[in-house]
Amino acid sequence: MSTLASYFGQIMVGLGTALSLTVIGFAGALVLGTILAVFRIGPITPLRLVGTVYVEVLRNIPLLCLLILFVFGLPDIGIVFDLYTTVAICLALFNAAFVCEAIRTGINTVPVGQAEAARALGLTFTQSLRTVVLPQAFQSMIQPLVNVFIGVLLGSSLASAVGVMDLLGVAQFINLHQAWGIGLFAAAAAVYASIALGMGFLGGRLERKVAISR
Amino acid sequence: MSSANRVLFDAPGPRARRRIAVISVVTVILIVAAIGWAIELFARSGQLDPNSWVEFTEWPYVRFLLNGLLQTLLCTVVSAAVAIPAGVLLALGRLSRNGLIRRLSGAYVEFFRSIPLLLLVYVFVGGLPAIGINVPVFWKLVIPIIACSSAVLAEIFRAGIRALPRGQLEAASALGLTRSQAMRKVVLPQAIRLVIPSLVTQIISLLKDSTLGYAASYPELMKSAENLTAYTHDLIQTYLVVSLIYVVINLALSQLARYLEERQGRNRNVLRGAGSRRVRRVNRDVNDVVLNAQ
Repeated sequence: MSTLASYFGQIMVGLGTALSLTVIGFAGALVLGTILAVFRIGPITPLRLVGTVYVEVLRNIPLLCLLILFVFGLPDIGIVFDLYTTVAICLALFNAAFVCEAIRTGINTVPVGQAEAARALGLTFTQSLRTVVLPQAFQSMIQPLVNVFIGVLLGSSLASAVGVMDLLGVAQFINLHQAWGIGLFAAAAAVYASIALGMGFLGGRLERKVAISR
Repeated sequence: MSSANRVLFDAPGPRARRRIAVISVVTVILIVAAIGWAIELFARSGQLDPNSWVEFTEWPYVRFLLNGLLQTLLCTVVSAAVAIPAGVLLALGRLSRNGLIRRLSGAYVEFFRSIPLLLLVYVFVGGLPAIGINVPVFWKLVIPIIACSSAVLAEIFRAGIRALPRGQLEAASALGLTRSQAMRKVVLPQAIRLVIPSLVTQIISLLKDSTLGYAASYPELMKSAENLTAYTHDLIQTYLVVSLIYVVINLALSQLARYLEERQGRNRNVLRGAGSRRVRRVNRDVNDVVLNAQ
């Protein structure tokens, strides 16, 4: 019984790790992704190039590849973070590319006439972006951004492949020692699925709430 | 540059041009500095030692990685070959008029889209063998990939089917085709053509998924790289080369997807009467679905 209790504690800590990795990774991706999106739609060519190259590379590299490079590779060139921080950085860097594309696509769904009208009224680049384009674009960004969040959640599970004891890592660890491990995998799957589906549901409601009726 | 981006700013005047030039120069300097810093880090820790890099030109090493790449491609092709038809069936199931089939396929799709692939791999590697179910290593990797990606593919096909004008199905039944005939002969051929760009994008995520062979101990490219590293101890070099291989293949595939999408957008005959706007909307919906690819 005491082993079960200690396992329960481990599982809760693992769940906490998975959730905090997801939230930190998503927050980082949101900040970096927004900066990249501004780079990509702005008028400065070298910055556009940085944005494009970043997105094309990070979108096409497998997350596990990035994790291994950062977790096992960076110490080889003398950069050492603790494991948790490294994984959080990786999640943020990787998903920033997807956030950037979600924002850029969202901006592109705003009819050109809106931006033209804003320009005709004499608004500057920042003003027309902030007061006319972005408020309308935000609406069509919700669903993609929720998808990125779910992506970060599911991607954070790869942390267990490089040794982080997140929810999946704990399940895998206990499974090595206990025959009922498979039940734990089912429970972990239920947790992941309910968070992902719950976020999808909330995203849908938010989207309907801010919908602009024309 | 898309048209919406272009109208966000005027053609810059002399002052703005000067400012842009200054920021450009600063950016270029920063980029060069960053690259220089990275090279300096590599050099200081001895990672630029030519001996650590020339091995990637020697045939035994190249052959080892090529073998890994071959297994990666095999995984991808086999998963695609099973998951795509399964995805079509699941999509049809979700649109079925039979409530039970509809609900079952809906539950399957929602569940397997929402769990981490690695969890399923662990179930096949560690969970099922413990209760006496053991499959060959290849399938320990490929079955989970099929299970998860068939769910995503089902959503892609469903988006494609729903994007077709209703008139297609109505015209088919007016001609006396049964519902299943109409689906098979009228709706599916058009819907599948419509989502081909997204299918290509999905192949990219299948290729990425196969990297979990690292956790399943199946010697695809990722695991081969690890095995190679155990021997050469040149970890960062090996994984940089491997990353480059993945990025090059995936970039080629995403260019192909983009090309197909553009061709569809131009060729209105793909969907007579529906026009390119509908095509764009489908691909946007579909891209929402496939964005989750890790």
